[in-house]
Amino acid sequence: MLTLHCPCCGIQADETELAPGGQAHLTRHGPGSSDEDFHDYLFTRANPRGVHFERWRHAAGCGKWFHAARDTQTLEVFGTYAAQTLAPPQHIRDAITERRPDWTWHASGRATE
Amino acid sequence: MSTRLAPNTPGVGRLIDRSKQQNFTFNGKRLTGHAGDTLASALLANDQVLVGRSFKYHRPRGVVASGAEEPNALVGLGTGNRFEPNQRATTTELYDGLTARSQNHWPSLDFDIGAVNSAFANFLPAGFYYKTFMAPRPFWKHVYEPFIRRSAGLGKAPDPDARDPDSYEHFHAHVDVLVIGGGIAGLEAARRAGEAGARVLLVEQSAHWGGRAPVDGGEVEGHSTEAHVSQLLAALEAMENVTLRARCMGAGVYDHGYVLAYERLTDHAPALKGPRHRLWRIRAGQVITATGAIERPLSFSGNDVPGVMLASAVRDYVVNWAVSPGDRTVIVTNNDDAYRTALVLRRAGLAVPAIIDARVLPADSPLMAEVRAAGIRILQGHAVDHVMGGKRVRGVAICSHAGEGGAVIEEIPCEAVAMSGGWSPVVHLWSHCGGKLTWDETRAMFRPDPDRAPTGDKGQPFVVAAGAANGALTLGEVLEDAVAAAERATARPRTSDAPQAVAQEEAPLAPVWMMPQGASIHHRAKAWLDYQNDVKVSDVQLAAREGFTSVEHAKRYTTLGMATDQGKLSNINGLAILSGALGNGIPEVGTTTFRPPYTPISMGAIAGAAVGDTFQPIRRTPIHDWLEENGAEWEPVGQWRRPYTIKRPGETTEEAVQREVTNTRENLGLLDASTLGKLIVKGPDAGRFLDMMYTNMMSNLKPGRCRYGLMCNENGFLMDDGVVARIDEDTFLCHTTSGGADHIHQHMEDWLQCEWWDWQVYVANVTEQYGQIAVVGPNARKVLEAIGGIDVGKEALPFMGWVEGELGGIPVRIYRISFSGELSFEIAVKAGLARHLWDLLLTVGKQFGVMPYGTEALHIMRAEKGFIMIGDETDGTVIPQDLGLNWAISKKKEDFLGKRAQQRLDMARADRWKLVGLETVDGSVLPDGAYALGEGENANGQRNVIGRVTSSYHSPTLGHGIAMGLVLGGPDRMGEVISFAKGDGTTTIEAKITDPVFYDKAGEKQDV
Repeated sequence: MLTLHCPCCGIQADETELAPGGQAHLTRHGPGSSDEDFHDYLFTRANPRGVHFERWRHAAGCGKWFHAARDTQTLEVFGTYAAQTLAPPQHIRDAITERRPDWTWHASGRATE
Repeated sequence: MSTRLAPNTPGVGRLIDRSKQQNFTFNGKRLTGHAGDTLASALLANDQVLVGRSFKYHRPRGVVASGAEEPNALVGLGTGNRFEPNQRATTTELYDGLTARSQNHWPSLDFDIGAVNSAFANFLPAGFYYKTFMAPRPFWKHVYEPFIRRSAGLGKAPDPDARDPDSYEHFHAHVDVLVIGGGIAGLEAARRAGEAGARVLLVEQSAHWGGRAPVDGGEVEGHSTEAHVSQLLAALEAMENVTLRARCMGAGVYDHGYVLAYERLTDHAPALKGPRHRLWRIRAGQVITATGAIERPLSFSGNDVPGVMLASAVRDYVVNWAVSPGDRTVIVTNNDDAYRTALVLRRAGLAVPAIIDARVLPADSPLMAEVRAAGIRILQGHAVDHVMGGKRVRGVAICSHAGEGGAVIEEIPCEAVAMSGGWSPVVHLWSHCGGKLTWDETRAMFRPDPDRAPTGDKGQPFVVAAGAANGALTLGEVLEDAVAAAERATARPRTSDAPQAVAQEEAPLAPVWMMPQGASIHHRAKAWLDYQNDVKVSDVQLAAREGFTSVEHAKRYTTLGMATDQGKLSNINGLAILSGALGNGIPEVGTTTFRPPYTPISMGAIAGAAVGDTFQPIRRTPIHDWLEENGAEWEPVGQWRRPYTIKRPGETTEEAVQREVTNTRENLGLLDASTLGKLIVKGPDAGRFLDMMYTNMMSNLKPGRCRYGLMCNENGFLMDDGVVARIDEDTFLCHTTSGGADHIHQHMEDWLQCEWWDWQVYVANVTEQYGQIAVVGPNARKVLEAIGGIDVGKEALPFMGWVEGELGGIPVRIYRISFSGELSFEIAVKAGLARHLWDLLLTVGKQFGVMPYGTEALHIMRAEKGFIMIGDETDGTVIPQDLGLNWAISKKKEDFLGKRAQQRLDMARADRWKLVGLETVDGSVLPDGAYALGEGENANGQRNVIGRVTSSYHSPTLGHGIAMGLVLGGPDRMGEVISFAKGDGTTTIEAKITDPVFYDKAGEKQDV
């Protein structure tokens, strides 16, 4: 059972307090978008074994959404940060690089190692 | 026979109090034991060697072990509401009045018809059921399965009407260091961690501290191990930062240092007050697993005959409980440790006719020499050919270990056999959360690999194994390892040396996976690996021959290790056999996955206090009590309770519903609509935001007006609907469905926080702050006018408008909206005043024929009007266009959630099922959910379907059945009669496709 630090209220929250929200940093495609872009936005999700960015909501706490960067295999958490970002902030990227030197950020919201 | 040793026997009975006698029954037979006994020790003391029948062959089985690893001695404990099957006698503490029954036999334990299976054992190999019961297909359901279910299995499930009368609870704990296991290693590690200032919790599954050390002997710092354990315990009890819990088993280790522990508070003394079990939910910085080791059986022919026991268990029964397993015990071993059993037996005055040692050592080890000096015969390089006896051991036949068996050298009469195949560290808790193992060739054991420990949220290792659980087997090693574990867990170097231990040096063991080493098939087919699931050496070898080369596959094919003991005794022996059959090394074959819990924990402990009334909170509206007192028949709506109908004495449910509908249509109905979701959406960007949330335009709604809106998700599917009222320029009040308030609130928050975070909008869920009462029917206006205070005339309050004011002195907001098709006012009032308003409406409404109605009447009236209901007409795959709601989808707006999705090919295709009304030809009611039949069959040979019923009722207003449904090409097929399948699968019911609006198509009645 995970624990994640909620960057909004500052609590180290238990997984039972949290609700998962899937992959972070998706770009919304609305009317006017191509079928392919819209399809990817709706359905195509990264499923990495390793570094991943996720949306979480402190559901039984402050109610705020935040983002978490973590390793899906080892469950190591590299950091949590505000949901009001389009890409992981530098200090999060640095924290990941320190632990996973071969990691790179892709603007599609997917990390590769 | 097995019996209780005399009180003056030296060095026995350390755990029992002979002055306290305790009575119990086994299969109705009255027996006695002592305080401190386990059920197993008490049974053995009464010569009850036969304790159960095996799972598959119904072979007689006796106690093998003395702890949690016991596979055979499973009993049904207690009676009636407190009956529990499959309880291990070895971990059941005896109490006065205990009732136990043996399992899996008929008609009796001594004479079991099912034992005939044993004679057919050659025909019941691994995979027998898979191979045999394949064909013919219908036989499976009617012949094979009922037979197998009757003949296989362990305990009986409790009576379905039984209700657990005991209480259970959860405890939450946060500690720096959790030590699991209160043996000498756990005690030492906990003391060191405690001295380093850490908050420590130490849990021990049994009722006693010290583990095996007091039985196995040796000296620590010049004291006996028993005295040393007492000193450690006293030191720990004196530390304020250390909590000790006996009868508390570490059950599972999970992510980020989360651990479950299972405490049994009153099982040993049912008269005690308070909860029976407690589930500890622990978050630990570091976990030290000091869980000890389990002795392995040896695989020889007849190793399951009652009286064959683990050598360590024999030692335990003698030393701890003063139980002699028999006057003569033959010891079979591949290591030195079992020699301790010989010494213990001899000290207690019992005979050890021989020690059969598979090894041939160049010189006697110290333990061997001691045994030899005691005059005990040692047969090196020998093996058990087979055990003689059926329901109890009569003797053993000895052969050379090097051969294939059959060449019996000697038969030695005895009553018990003590076997030892070496020790396996209990690595379960280490492994639960990903800790890896390494194979120790010398000791023939899997031990924790300290470089691959389970890791926590920062990637740090958070589990440290200590003592025997880490593969340290001698007293000195164990203590040193415990100190090292405390150093790692506290990240502090030791402040003093590990205690000095004196114990006898042991010669290395020789791995023995089969006895004799070349055992013939005749021998292998009687050599049990898994006692509880009746898996033999020959079964695992057969699985390997048939291609089940992965240990996980072989496990499932043979069921090795899949019983309630999860293979605590059998796993390592089984995979060694598999490895031998495959010609691969043991580490290459690997272990199966260790999963929590370590031993079964009660369902009660998992549920804790969340049972009955405390299972889930019930949300009550301000009108709830009135409804309760006046005959409400409740139905759950989310966590709310809503009245299906409000019954009068003598009425059936149907009669009550019809009465409510008729009265509302003809006079005046009242509905408690407080459960309706109420979300305030406020801010300069509120209108813009709601334009994105709803399919229709909300930003141009005028203050004082209401609008019905549809909400879709980004996939385009309809998720909620309701009336939006604009309160002022910046403020909207959005009504959601009763079950949807929280989820729609979260949906809005998601988009506001994560997509349009620069928009200035707040959302507040005020559902519980307001009661809401719908005043419905031709007399609705009259009752409000009679109460007075607000002009509710057609001009002052037109349809889809709202006003605020005081109604009979009560501040209210009145929305003129209708979900029934009648003249209708929905009155919102502060929750604290809602009951007052309800009572006032009932009193004043009397003259107008007032009558409260429930949700079923609401449903019927909305269906008569063709209004959709989220969850009936929608199921998460329905778009508004399917329901003919195109009028509520803005064509002007550039964007809203779901707009782009509704342009996708699948959403726009012409052959989507669409909403229509349905009227049965014979006037009866269509079954809800029934499918409309099409032509021909699909690829699976099933009848093609062209639609389904989404809502179906008897309409009291129209006097016949009405329904709504989604039908292929429905709106273009008005008047056509189609067939629906009834639940019996053969008969059909015919219905005509109609307009979904059955009542007052022009909408005149609501607009008066």
